This record gives sequence, C-alpha cells and structure tokens, in this order.
Amino acid sequence: MSGEPRGVDELKFRDPRRARELTTALARLVESLHRAPVTLMHVCGTHEQAIARFGLRASLPPALRVIMGPGCPVCVTDLGEVDEGVALALQGVRIATYGDMVRLPGSSKSLADAQAEGARVDVVYSATQAVELARATDEPIVFFASGFETTAVVTAAIVLAKPPANLSVLSAHKYVPPAMEAVARLPEARVEGFLAAGHAAVITGYGLFEDFARRHRTPVVVAGFEPLDILAALVKLLEMIRDGEQSAANAYPRCVSREGNRRAQEALWRVFKAVDGPWRGIGVIPDGNLQLRDEWASVDARNRFRIDVTGLKQAAQSELSRRCLCGKIMVGLVEPTDCPLFGRQCLPESPVGACMVSSEGTCKIWHQYGGRPDLGTQ
Amino acid sequence: MFSLGLPRWWPTCYDPGMCLGIPGKVVSVQGMEATVDFFGVRRLVRLDVVDEPVAPGDYVLNHVGFAIRRIPDSEVAETLKLFEELAAAGDDEDLLAADLRSELAATQESKK
Amino acid sequence: MSSDTIAQKHGAGGPAMRALIESVFVTGLGSAGAGLAAMDDGAVIPVGDRFLVLTTDSYVIKPLFFPGGDIGRLAICGTVNDLSMMGATEPLGLTCAVIIEAGFPIADLQRICDSMRAACAEAGATIVTGDTKVMGRGELDGIVINTAGVAFANRVVPDSGLRPGDRIIVTGTLGDHGFAVMAARHNLQLESALASDVAPLNGLVRAALAASGDGICAMKDPTRGGLSSALHEMAAKGHVGIVLHESSLPMRPEVRAASELLGIDPLHVANEGKAVLGVRADAADRVLQALQAHALGRHAAIIGTCVAERAGSVILDTGFGRRLLAEPEGELLPRIC
Repeated sequence: MSGEPRGVDELKFRDPRRARELTTALARLVESLHRAPVTLMHVCGTHEQAIARFGLRASLPPALRVIMGPGCPVCVTDLGEVDEGVALALQGVRIATYGDMVRLPGSSKSLADAQAEGARVDVVYSATQAVELARATDEPIVFFASGFETTAVVTAAIVLAKPPANLSVLSAHKYVPPAMEAVARLPEARVEGFLAAGHAAVITGYGLFEDFARRHRTPVVVAGFEPLDILAALVKLLEMIRDGEQSAANAYPRCVSREGNRRAQEALWRVFKAVDGPWRGIGVIPDGNLQLRDEWASVDARNRFRIDVTGLKQAAQSELSRRCLCGKIMVGLVEPTDCPLFGRQCLPESPVGACMVSSEGTCKIWHQYGGRPDLGTQ
Repeated sequence: MFSLGLPRWWPTCYDPGMCLGIPGKVVSVQGMEATVDFFGVRRLVRLDVVDEPVAPGDYVLNHVGFAIRRIPDSEVAETLKLFEELAAAGDDEDLLAADLRSELAATQESKK
Repeated sequence: MSSDTIAQKHGAGGPAMRALIESVFVTGLGSAGAGLAAMDDGAVIPVGDRFLVLTTDSYVIKPLFFPGGDIGRLAICGTVNDLSMMGATEPLGLTCAVIIEAGFPIADLQRICDSMRAACAEAGATIVTGDTKVMGRGELDGIVINTAGVAFANRVVPDSGLRPGDRIIVTGTLGDHGFAVMAARHNLQLESALASDVAPLNGLVRAALAASGDGICAMKDPTRGGLSSALHEMAAKGHVGIVLHESSLPMRPEVRAASELLGIDPLHVANEGKAVLGVRADAADRVLQALQAHALGRHAAIIGTCVAERAGSVILDTGFGRRLLAEPEGELLPRIC
C-alpha cells in the first residue's frame, strides 16, 4: 500500500469521535428547544441511504425526527410517464433506461413486463451508454431518462453534444425545489427545517434556498453525504431553528457554492424547461417536471413517435395498490413501517409501490437496513 | 466511456465507478475527457459541465460519468474545521468568512 | 411467489435455497434423508463414543482460475473446511468426482489436479476414491467437481450452539474471495490486487479447539452469502440476537475500496478461508490468541456479542449508530464456489 492516504478515509469524514461530538451537540440543541418531536426533512434518496447504512437514526436524540420527503426520482415517476415508455417498447421501439426504471409498475405494466412480452429494454448506467448504444446500431433508440436535476444536467450535456440521429430522449426528469415548496405548504407534515441534497446543490447553488426559507419561514441547510456531513448539517439546522433564522446555509462548502455550477445550469436550462407535472402518489407539482424545449423537438421521443398509451389504462386499481401508502410516505406523513403491506405483501422482490422498487426509495432502504431506530439492546 | 459489459443480473443500484459522491483524482486530461482514478480504478469522465478548468492532481466530484465539481484541497480542511465548530455548537460566526477560511487552510497545511 | 422451475436463487445459499431443500429434499426423502433436517455443514453419525462427520459439496465456480486459487484448490478446501466446522479436523479421506465437458484442455485439468494435490498436502488429506465422467461439448460448462469428506470428531460443534453473552470471532479478513472472483470475472483492475483467501482451515481450527477447552460452542464458514448469511443462520438456530461492531471487522483496504466502488457489501460476499466462531465469553481471549498465533489467523478478531433480544437478527453497530444487517437472498454473485 502506498504511503499516500487512499480511499474513503482520505477525506476524513467518517471519524466516529467527531460523530459523537456532533450527536452530543444535537442532543443539547434539541433539549434547548423544549418541544418534541422536532421534525426535519431531507429530500434525497442518497441521504436516506447514508442515514440508514450508517445507522444514524439510532444515535439521534429521540425527540429529533429526520424524515425523507420526495427524494426518489424513480419513485415519483408517474404512471402516465411509465406508460409512455411501456407503450413505445410494445410498439417495437428499443428502450434504454436506468436499472430501477425497468421494474417500476405503470398503469398496468412495467418495462419488465413488456420485456417478457418480447420488447427490447436495455439497462444503462449513464446517458453516455445510451449514446454508445445508438452509435452501435441503426435502429431507433429511446433513452427513457429519469432523475432529478443533477442527472438531467447529464442528459442535457449529451443532447448538446449532438447525439446520433437515431437517439431520442423520453424525459421523465424532475426538479426538486418545487416539490419542497409543495411539502412546505403541508401543515400536517410539521417540517421545521430542510436538508437540501448536496449534489443537486452543486448544480443549482444554495442561493435559491434563501428565498424559499424566507417565504416558508423554514431554514434550509445543504448537506453532503458522509456521516459527519449529515450530522453537521443537522446541528446547523437546529441552531438556525433555535435562533429563528429563516435562511439557507451551506454545510457542504467543499462542493457547493451560492451560485452553483453556472455552466451546468446553462446546459440544463438550454435543453429543458420546467412544466407542471404529476409526481406519482403526490399530485401535480407546478414546474416540477423537466421537458425538452421546442427547439429540441427533433431529439424528443414524444415528438418523434406517436405514443399510444390507451391500451395500457386499467379500469380498476388492484386491491393491493389501493392500500399502498407510497404517496404519504413520500411527503413524510407516514413511515414505511406504518404501511400494513411493508415487509409482508410488499417486498423488494415483489413490490407493490414505487418506494420498494427503487434503490433510493424509502421503503426499499428501510427494508434493507431496518429503518426503525429502536435497535437498542441494552 | 469505459464499459464493463455487466450481465443482466447485476444489481441495478450498483453503478461501478460511478457511485454518487466518490471523488476521483484526475490523472490526465484529453480535451473534453479526463482519466480519473477512483481507488485505483481508472475511468473516463466527461468535462462538458464542470465549471472550472481541471488539471491532473485535482479531485473531481463525479455523477454518472460527468464531472460536476472540482474539489479544491483547501475545502477539505475547512470542512473538518466546520465540523469541530459545529460540535461546539456555540459559535455564531459566519463559518464561511474568507479570512477564517484562509487561516484554517494554513493551519491544516502546517499539521501535515 | 412460488414457481415450478429452479431459478438461480435456489443455488445461492440463502432462504430460497433452504426452502427448496426443506420442501423437496427433506420432505421428499423423509426418513431416507435422516440428518438432512439439521442442515448443518456436515452430517453426524454416532459411532461408538465418537462421531463420524460426513460432508459433500459440488463446485461450479467461474472462472476456473482466479487470483489466489482455482476450482481444484477450492474443491479440496471447501470440503476439508466443512468437516472442520463440525469439529472434525483430521480428514480420513476425500472423494473426488469430476464431470468434464468434451473439449476441455487436458493442460487445464492437470493444473487443477496439481492444485488439488497441493491443497491436500496442506490439509494433510488424501483423495481415496473418485469418478470421472465426460459430457458432450455444450452439455456442461467446462468442469464440475464434487468432493466428499469423512472424519471423526470427539466433540461435535454444531452451528446452533450460540447463547446470550457468547462472543463472535472471525478468523481473518472478510470478502476476499467474492471480490477477487468478481474482479477476475469482470476484468476489474484495482491498483492493489484482490486475491481469494481459499485455504484449508483444519490446522487453524484444531489449534483453536485445543486452546478453548469447551469454550467454542458454534462454528460456521461464511461462504455463500458471506458473514451475514452465516451469522443469520447461527442466530436463528441459537435463538439469539447478534450485535456486530463494524469497526472491529477485519477487512483488506482493497476489499473496502472495491466495495465502495461497486456498492456491494463485503459482509454479503463469500469467503473460502475463514471461519466464524461462537465462543463463551471466558474463553474468547485464549481462543483469539491461539488463532492469531497461526499463519491463517493473523487477523482474527472478536467482532461481536450474542444477546437475548431480537433473536435471529444481526445488528451492526456502525460507530455512528446501529442498523440491521440485512440477510442477503443468498449470494449476490452466481457460481462463486
């Protein structure tokens, strides 16, 4: 092994001693607020994965509730959007998409179901792989693109780089800040502060959260993804709540600035525009969906193909999916363990709701890591 | 872009070399592409959307094959100090003050 | 979701495989399959005042040759280790049956045999009988090896012996074999090479048993499904919960790096030269010392404790909090052993 520090420890953000200091500070701060529970919300599947993987909830003071909001892009991909992908696949068009999208149920079928009926669906790990696929063949390829703004930037980059003529994009991309607005307006959620997703903020900057914080009178702190990043951001957020600060702060300065990555933003907004759109289980989020601008019509699968979803609409919802609580879970009103199907009829190998399909879904993460914090054995 | 040709059964959330949030070290730059080292595995990363010029030795934050941020070394030290200050949870100073930042960076350098 | 055909998961060493064994083999064979219901690493047949331990395994690993070993070495060590896990550390003899695809290079076969000979010498074991079959080109993938072993044990150590208060000891670094095979399969070149840990453990286990008095109460080798599968089985059979300390888990830096890169948990990945021991608290230190004094046990460590609560669960103390260690649906990687 070379003398130079390597690997994850290189950035020293996993020091348990520092973590203990931070959780002690959290306990002090929560106590000074004299109320319970104090509910904070994050909006990022990767944050939930980190919280679950490191078991952070077990070390948080009991009066502090950290919940996940609408932070899983696959989970909020609407039935209608999935139907578009499935319809194209069944029409004989070859689809390239991210792995989690394949098993996501539509109104009546998922892409996996279409595959079983003979449709061709390729799993890609990046937009550039979709481009490579299009280069390697003559037939049309539709890149069914999901993901929030960070991922949308990458789709924008490949559109701007003049992709091969046989490639088109079916955009299911979404933009998170409008969804935060929707949640902040839900009084039942009682969210007192938000953790903003670190990597989305790399792109957007944290400046846009200052206005949000003022309007909703709720502080926002941008957080990274190592355990210390998350704990430090929670401390900062509680400090701001204690001091009545209705503004935004940056606890991820090594990656996030106030203005963000201008070049990436330019690419994003040159290719996409924000339109009102349905978020699965939640409802229509104004300006929540990212669609290709008119000047990119030639690359837009919705323009290039006539997509016929009529055959996919189901008359009645299945009994199980009627009992699914994903919509409420995704706005933080209930937890996976409150859902009667969780861990019983709804499992990763046989998911009922979208939250159990995606690796960034609350239910899947809780199922894997045991989300409930009462793991004490003393 | 480097392709591993992973089989169909590969768990869909496992994205080799492209896991969110792992910073990689730039080995070389070729126009719009950089060769980046992640724990000894080298990957090609696109530079289309990173907002600063990137040079060998820099750390970059990578998202599905695109660099989205160049991470300056000094920021690491600053963040560690941030953690310490927050652990004390009594400091009301603006932790991002420029003079504090440079002071801390200098302190961290001398500890090496 | 039941099915009427065998799927990959049925060979993965996890719950689906156990369900298959229970429903088809144990139930189907009835009294003809006495001993199967225990589903331990080996079968135990009382002979006089001793116990005859019998085990068998088939090896389908791909690729055949990987950093640190090959299918031949694995075929010997796997069976020797299963005997050792029951407390039987002196194999009386091994069988070796091979099924080979027509067209298989004889040079490769010789290489495999050389490996088996070397592994037998290390283990002090002898192949006493065998069988050779050939199937047509395309009817079999290369080669399949089955080995069976038989040995006496004075005291049988089951995998069900855990009690609250017992310590969990692992004999060395975790995840080496699975990641090495994956790296070889996908031509993943890391700066520091990954290598399989495949090795015969009977000498190591003999030393530990000698030092422990009767302190070693449960043993298992964490092959398919990794440490997580092994501990879940031991916890379930012993009706205890297990609390693991993540910071104590011995792991090579290159395995940690590969794990971060690939997003695969080393605790779910196969090991072929390691054992997990359940040890009474008062014997833990001397067992640890005996292990660390042996070449194959240098990185042995106490990694956890058994508790009365949450029977069947394995809880990971991450240093930042606690979470459940998920039981994998068997091995993530097909044809790992």
